[in-house]
Amino acid sequence: MAKSITQEFVKGLWAEIPPFRLVLGLCPVLAVTKTVENGIGMGLATTFVLICSNILVSMLRSIIPTKIRIACFIIIIATFVTVVELLMQAFTYPLFLKLGIFIPLIVVNCIVLGRAEAFAFKNPVIPSTADGLGIGVGFTLSLAAIGLVREIIGTGALFGVSLFGADYQPFAFMVEAPGAFICLGLMLCIMNLVGNK
Amino acid sequence: MSDYIVLAISCIFVNNILLAQFLGNCPFLGTSKKMETATGMAMAVVFVLVLAGIITWLTNAFILKPFNLEYLRTISFILVIASLVQFVEMFLKKSMPALYAGLGIFLPLITTNCAVMGACLINIKEDYTFIETIISSFSYAVGFGLALILFAGVRERILLAKVPKPLQDTSIGLITAGIIAMAFFAFKGMV
Repeated sequence: MAKSITQEFVKGLWAEIPPFRLVLGLCPVLAVTKTVENGIGMGLATTFVLICSNILVSMLRSIIPTKIRIACFIIIIATFVTVVELLMQAFTYPLFLKLGIFIPLIVVNCIVLGRAEAFAFKNPVIPSTADGLGIGVGFTLSLAAIGLVREIIGTGALFGVSLFGADYQPFAFMVEAPGAFICLGLMLCIMNLVGNK
Repeated sequence: MSDYIVLAISCIFVNNILLAQFLGNCPFLGTSKKMETATGMAMAVVFVLVLAGIITWLTNAFILKPFNLEYLRTISFILVIASLVQFVEMFLKKSMPALYAGLGIFLPLITTNCAVMGACLINIKEDYTFIETIISSFSYAVGFGLALILFAGVRERILLAKVPKPLQDTSIGLITAGIIAMAFFAFKGMV
């Protein structure tokens, strides 16, 4: 292995940060980022699934037959998603209600399946863990960043605390559906501007 | 009867699965660069979503509910959908090669299309009856197709326009999607 474990971790934070660099898993990114809190919750749930599925896929990589690997990945991922679903139902019920069907939909999140296929299936356990952690943290950070922009502009408040005083007219467009697309598009543009220098 | 029509309209326009519920955005951006691929994807989704809606509803009503296994919903649905897609693929290859060639690579991609899984979960969550499930699955799929084909049409024109470098490709695609979503936003509150 030429790359060290830290490198595997760090690449998820900038060079391959989802959803900006790898344009995958956009559905939760657009749907749950109305507030920072939702964004972070969703990010952490996805991170948990990513790390666990990466570890298990990597451990079983010599047993899983190549032909039916996708089906095996999906079962492994679905198992961990069910775990997260039940855990969140038990301990963070209000957040569970807010995120709604997007928790079970982590199963079909292309990032998780993508990492299992592109990385964990070809690499040993420890780099795979680092990769899952890196991509997961990157994903959480992006969700939080988009949530931050949308919550501040769209409601004029952060974590329920008003920021600009009573005179501020909330730009509610940002927390609605079209605002999500445009906000993400503009953030992608800024990433391109900064990154391509 | 009028209830069903209202349900259909609300699923196609008001709660459009792509632009209002944000499900199935990966294929939305991935397959919308050309009109042909967009049509192929739209057709494949209509086909699979209706079948998946029916089968997951039956699974839920006759297997999961009677045995109190509802916590296994996520796993069982994804398995049912994955095997359904595989089965449909084999069936079409054998008996309708023309349609199979038309749908092409979009069939296997549908397994990880969250629009399909999402619509099935919404059907269960809203406690739809069997007939309502068929109508809502079909309407969601039509709404998906409509948005996808509209978007592909706009995107083909954008290819001819001069777009600033940092905005190119996905970035301008998302902003375009936002503007189309604005149009669909006007339907809100209609039903």
